[in-house]
Amino acid sequence: MSTGTVVTGLGIVAPGGFGAAEYWAFVLAGRSAIGPITRFDPSPYPTRLAGEVRGFVAEERVPGRIVVQTDQWTHLGLAATDLALADARLEPAAVPEYEMAVVTASSSGGTEFGQREIQSLWRRGPQFVGAYQSIAWFYAATTGQISIRHGMRGPCGVVCTEQAGGLDALAQARRLVRDGSRMVLTGGTDASLCPYGLTAQLASGRLSRSQDALRAYVPFDAQAGGYVPGEGGAILVVEDERAALARGARAYGTVAGYGATFDPAPETGREPGLRRAAELALADAGIGPDRIDVVFADAVGLPELDRQEAAAITAIFGPYGVPVTAPKTMSGRLYAGGAALDVAVALLSIRDGVIPPTIGILRQAEECELDLVRDRARPASVSTALVLARGYGGFNAAAVVTAPSL
Amino acid sequence: MDQFTIDHLIRLLRSAGGVADGVELNAGIVDEAYTDLGYDSLALLEMSAKIQQEFGVAIPDEDVTELKTPRQTIDYLNDRMSPI
Repeated sequence: MSTGTVVTGLGIVAPGGFGAAEYWAFVLAGRSAIGPITRFDPSPYPTRLAGEVRGFVAEERVPGRIVVQTDQWTHLGLAATDLALADARLEPAAVPEYEMAVVTASSSGGTEFGQREIQSLWRRGPQFVGAYQSIAWFYAATTGQISIRHGMRGPCGVVCTEQAGGLDALAQARRLVRDGSRMVLTGGTDASLCPYGLTAQLASGRLSRSQDALRAYVPFDAQAGGYVPGEGGAILVVEDERAALARGARAYGTVAGYGATFDPAPETGREPGLRRAAELALADAGIGPDRIDVVFADAVGLPELDRQEAAAITAIFGPYGVPVTAPKTMSGRLYAGGAALDVAVALLSIRDGVIPPTIGILRQAEECELDLVRDRARPASVSTALVLARGYGGFNAAAVVTAPSL
Repeated sequence: MDQFTIDHLIRLLRSAGGVADGVELNAGIVDEAYTDLGYDSLALLEMSAKIQQEFGVAIPDEDVTELKTPRQTIDYLNDRMSPI
């Protein structure tokens, strides 16, 4: 019989910080890591800003054999995994291999790697496509490489629900813990900042075309005009609470509740599913809205989607009824990495009693009746946080994390 | 060029499969098994594709898996390469 599911390790590799301590200091300072794309020449594209993981050298963080076999998104995931395991003080070799599971989120797969091989195909022919294309591009590559590298042979999988993926993977990790896995590596990363990846993202029509790094991604602002994409994310170590206690681990918090819904078809005019996802998560946690101390918003940054999210939040909490924040305004939306990063940041908020800010907002949209934590971190007693995420195509997910009971 | 050498092989191996931690690629590896050097079948397929592109010798897939060491690959190629 399982007890609870706790998070014992945070591995953050994101624009603005490498490692949980550095990233946390970065978001509390309220600075922006958004800037011109440097991974390729973005000048022919309408979107030229992004949140990049600067200074990341794969060869310094990933074994040489793996660097050539995998995409940047997997490099970031492997580096984040090392950080998460070190933070959890967990040595995989000391855990039975079939009791360790891996479930990550992926949204783009290995687009940068894939672009190189597609270019070889078109320019030089099929015999010039590298053998590793077969394993580098596909969504489960990061999960698989983590599993192989650390000898984690328990249930492994990948969840592809765009920006909702980080929460959906966390929920699957909790199911696996309840089914007997001793520990699960979960979360997600993304890295699709290449011409092919950016072009695919542009098709959604949701990307900001602003050239002003401080105003390009301003969710809930009266002049919101889309979002800035980013790369990176977070990998979390999740464990059975009793097992974590037994090995003397420190827990950041408990995964107390989760809910997921799918939007009705747009032409029906019915309410989107985000509110129901949040209510399901609260019910799953067995708490009412009054117990939520902060909401980490999905914050797409487009007026209609922002209005819908604000409506969902105010339907549950009332107008200006709960502090709301979107620290992703500092790093961009990280797709599969985004919600996992929000969970990590929510747990750090709980630990330190401070809510990181949303930056860049000049005038909040009137129809968004939210108590938005703006510009400066806000000290607050935080014992329970609600994290919201929406994935392009209709995915909604919500998770409740609470202070550790240890 | 009329001989395929260990230096050619190391260059192609490095570019095809990277280098495992704790392994140094030098002439001393010539009789080491590829598996002991950390290379799997995909790495060797990738190397054989690069050999074909650069040296014009095709190694059928079933032969790729039979060549277990750098020396076996070098001898295989030198038997098949026509001196230029």
